[in-house]
Formats: sequence, structure tokens, C-alpha cells
Amino acid sequence: MSAPTATMPAAPTAGDGTLGVVPGTFQQAMILSRYQLRDYLRSRRFVLMMSIVAVVGGLLTGLIAYFRPAGVIGSATDMYGTLWGTSASGLILFAGIIFGGDAIAGEFQNKTGYFLMGLPIRRATVYAGKYTAAVAAAVVSTAVYLAIIVGNAVYYLGPGAFSDGSALLESFGLAVLYLLALVGFVFLFSSLFKTSLYAVLVVAVLFLFGFSIIQDLVVGLIHIEPWFLLSYVANTSNSVINYPFVGVPAHVSHSPLLGTTYAPGYAEAIEIMVGYLFATALGGLALFEREEFS
Amino acid sequence: MAPSIEARQLTKRFGSFVALDHLDLAVEGAVCVGFLGPNGAGKTTTLKMFTDLIFPTEGEAFINGISVQRDRKRALASCGDLIETPEIYPSLSPNEALEMSGALRGMRPEEIRDRTRVVLDEVKMTEWADKKVGKFSKGMKQRINIAASLLSDPDVVILDEPSTGLDPRGMAEVRDIIRGLKKERRLIFMSSHILSEVVDVCDRVALLNHGKLLFSDTLANVALRFDGGVRSVEAEFARPVDDPVVSGQIASLPGVSGWSRVDASRITLSLKADGDSRAELLERLAALKLGLVSFRESRSALEEVYLREISTGEGG
Repeated sequence: MSAPTATMPAAPTAGDGTLGVVPGTFQQAMILSRYQLRDYLRSRRFVLMMSIVAVVGGLLTGLIAYFRPAGVIGSATDMYGTLWGTSASGLILFAGIIFGGDAIAGEFQNKTGYFLMGLPIRRATVYAGKYTAAVAAAVVSTAVYLAIIVGNAVYYLGPGAFSDGSALLESFGLAVLYLLALVGFVFLFSSLFKTSLYAVLVVAVLFLFGFSIIQDLVVGLIHIEPWFLLSYVANTSNSVINYPFVGVPAHVSHSPLLGTTYAPGYAEAIEIMVGYLFATALGGLALFEREEFS
Repeated sequence: MAPSIEARQLTKRFGSFVALDHLDLAVEGAVCVGFLGPNGAGKTTTLKMFTDLIFPTEGEAFINGISVQRDRKRALASCGDLIETPEIYPSLSPNEALEMSGALRGMRPEEIRDRTRVVLDEVKMTEWADKKVGKFSKGMKQRINIAASLLSDPDVVILDEPSTGLDPRGMAEVRDIIRGLKKERRLIFMSSHILSEVVDVCDRVALLNHGKLLFSDTLANVALRFDGGVRSVEAEFARPVDDPVVSGQIASLPGVSGWSRVDASRITLSLKADGDSRAELLERLAALKLGLVSFRESRSALEEVYLREISTGEGG
């Protein structure tokens, strides 16, 4: 027997109507990202991230002040290459995981999604707004770290600190591009799991161990360039300062001792990172669109 | 246009479990509908499909004639909702959370300010307006959620057990709020399993069990539905009443079809009666001079119908 159909008769209404005209998708994404960023900037995770930046930056500043290593403070290139180039990708990885890991999973786990998704807003808009906020929070912490390094350079080198500023800017640009791709990757896993911890763990393990093992295997056993790994191109923000000769067309070197090593050219790195950004954004969004608050 | 909600063949399956089975329900106009059913009946599942939190296996849900599944943004624009107990970003204050909600709904800043003041006052949270939500109790959060659902002055309000987590005073205040909403001529669709709450604030009820709609009617018609059945009243006496007295004097009174004992001085009388004969029975009981101190319906008509329909559905 089918369920009864119930129709309740109309009653008169005299309401003055709902307030507001729902804004467009882009505007909603910006509104959401503004409040989400505010939440991030007041959160413990931001305090944690800034503490790490402060400790690492403080240690570097202290060590340089104490030892004054000529190899570091000799030129702007040395300084940026040593202090920024070698650490930027690690810092970005940490920031991306901290701000992106629970961005989507947390909506389910913490039930904040029930507040947000009851509003007249598309899931894609929520995804875009949260993504923008996570990237912005990570950029803020990365920029603070960069400011500490530039501050050191100005202190030791004076105006000479800006003699190789273009390489630093390029490096920062590549670092931000890596961050965009990384946060996209983190969001994909955050959409896959309804538990934040799983998303954070999977991404951390993949980037800290998994990808480097795969890279070693691919290079050592199959002898091909591991162009498909995001972690492979992450180091471009370092090489643009420290190894400016790396790039198109030759990015393969052979050594009897070390074997074949690969380094991505800049154009290739940008393509790979943009590719990751779009692929993971589409994949993550597709998952989020299908995920139920059940 | 009168506010409306409609479920057309709305069905939800989780694997082989049918949570909601081809629900057809249409409500139109300024009315408060209580959506009733035991735990697991499919109430929250239905409301979640009305707010696009979960997706139907079959069928569609409409708000003001717009399909939630096809155009959630337009459908939810005129709807305020509260499903389960949502969490708000913990570092935001109620003012900020409502500001975000209003901005996403496209309200102007001055509208947001004015309405925030009104709705926070309505839920008695004005003094907490600038404190961080993360430090609030569940009940306080629920008040903010209710405020958020009313912020844009929506003409359709969907509430899932709105008094959940509230203390008795909070529950009474929520009822007052809902009564106030009714005066503003909105369509309110609320699930609850607190029957007294539904009787108190709703005009109509829809009863769901095992994912199927058992009936949907006005409260007045529910009482009529019940008329052919057995109603029970509880009588309390100042002193213990012996069984022979109950069977000999009370059970033989006109309209009484049976009795059971609650304790030494309280009995439940089953009767086939309408309001007039209950008055008559009260007079006759008092005339027995057994020290009658209280005489009241042991269950409301809604409760009786609810239990009967649910037990019929269970095969009982």
C-alpha cells in the first residue's frame, strides 16, 4: 500500500516577505572566505603555525647573529637561498595541512556544515570560499616567515638585500603556486573523509614519506622523470634561487656516484602545479557535492 | 503567494534500509505543522532533504514551488532552517555568525544589524552577542541557531526538534517564539516527539512511522479521529480507594468502560465519551464523596491517536 497523499489547504498570508536578495556565487564565496579567514586567524591552529614561524625564524636569526656565517650573509642570493629556498616548501606543506586538513571534513565532523549548508548557497561556493580562506591563512603565515628572512637580509646587507629581489619574488610566486596546488590536494582528501584526522594523516604521510619513496623508486628503478608528483616540483621555489641554471631545456643530470637525477624546469613545474590545482579542485568538489550530512 | 512546501514521492534508501518511503505531503499557507514520529521514523531524513543536506533516492522536495534538488540556492532563499544542533565557527560571536548568515543571504548591513538585535532579543541572547560561540553551552548554541534561522524573516521555517538541548525554561521560550512566528503568518514545519509541544503550538500534524506517512490532518480533526476510540482520564483521591469501591461504585458509572490502578489513591478510567459526558462523569465522581482532588485526561487526544497509529503500524 502506498503512503497516503496529504494536501493541506491554503491559509491566508500577510507576511512582508523574506529579506535580502541572495548574492552571486563569487560574492558569496568572498563573504564566506572573509568569515572563515577570521575564524582561522583567531584559531589555535593559527597560533600554532605562527609559533612555529616565530621559533624557526627566531632560531635562524639568533644563529646567524651568533655565528655570522659568511656563506649565508655574504650575498642576498646566499641568504635567500639558504634561509628561504631550503625551507619554504616544508613550511608550506605544514601550513597547507594545518589550514586545509579539516576544512571540508570538519564541516561534517564538527557539524558546522549544518549551519552553513542550510543557507541559500551552493556547495561549490562553500568549497571555493573555504579554499580561498585556507590559502589566505597559509599565505599570511608564509609571508611572515619571508618577512623575517628579508628583515635579516636588510640588517646584514642593507640595500644590497634587494639586489637579487627578483629571484626571491619568483621563488615566492612559485611557493604560492605550490601552496595553491597543495591546498587543492589537501582539500581533495578532506572531502574524501568525514574525519579530519584521516585527511591530515593521509596527506602528511603522503608528502613526508609516500611521495619521496615513489620518487626514489621511479627514478632508481624505472628511470623516468617523476613529473607526476607534486612533491617533485615543490622544490622549484628553492632551485629558482639556488640553482638558477636548472630549467628548460636540460633538467637531467647524470653522475656515476648519484646516478640520474631530475629537476623540473620552471614551465614544467608551473604546468604540473596548475594541473594539480585543477584536477584536485574538481575531484574534491565532485566528492563534496555528493557527500551527505547523514 | 502563500508560502508552501511539498514532498513529491520523496524517498530515501540507505542501502537496503528504507528511511523514507514515497512521501507525498503538501502544506500551503500560514500554518504550523508538527511532524511527528518515533525515533527512526524518517522525520529528520525528510527535513534534511528539504534543506539539501542529504539527497533523495527518488522524488523531490519543493519550497515555495522551487525544487530544492534542482535549485537549492533559490529554494532556500526564502527558508530559515534548523536541522539537528548545528555548530557555529567557534571563534565567531553570535553577532558575527548572524552577520555572515545575513550577508550570505544578501541582506543589507543595516537590515542585518536591526534583525540581529531583534532575533537575539527574541532568543534572550542579547547579552552574549559579542562573546565567542565556542564557549557556549548546547542550549545557548541552539538559541543562536534559532536566531539565525529567523534572521532573514523567512516565510518558510523548517525546524528539527527545536527545543533539543534546552532547559525547561528554554523550551517554553522556544514555544513562545514559535507562537510569535505564527502571528507573523509564516509556514512553520517542525519535527518533534514532544507531543505536548506540538499540541501547544501547532495547527496541524503529520505522523510518520517507518518512513511512511500514517496521516496528516488538523489537530481538531485528530480529536475527531479519536472520538470513536477509548479515552482515558486519571482520577486522584485524597485517600486510598479500595478495589471493591472502584469496581462497585466508580466502574459502574455511565460512560466508564474499564479501569486500572495507578497507585492506592489514583486510578485510570477508560471511557467512551466526549467532553460533555466527561463533565458529567466528574460531577458523578465528586458526588460519591470519595475525596476526589484531581480529574484530568491521562493522555491528550493526539497522544492517544499517536500511540494507536504507531502500534497499528507496528502490527500491534
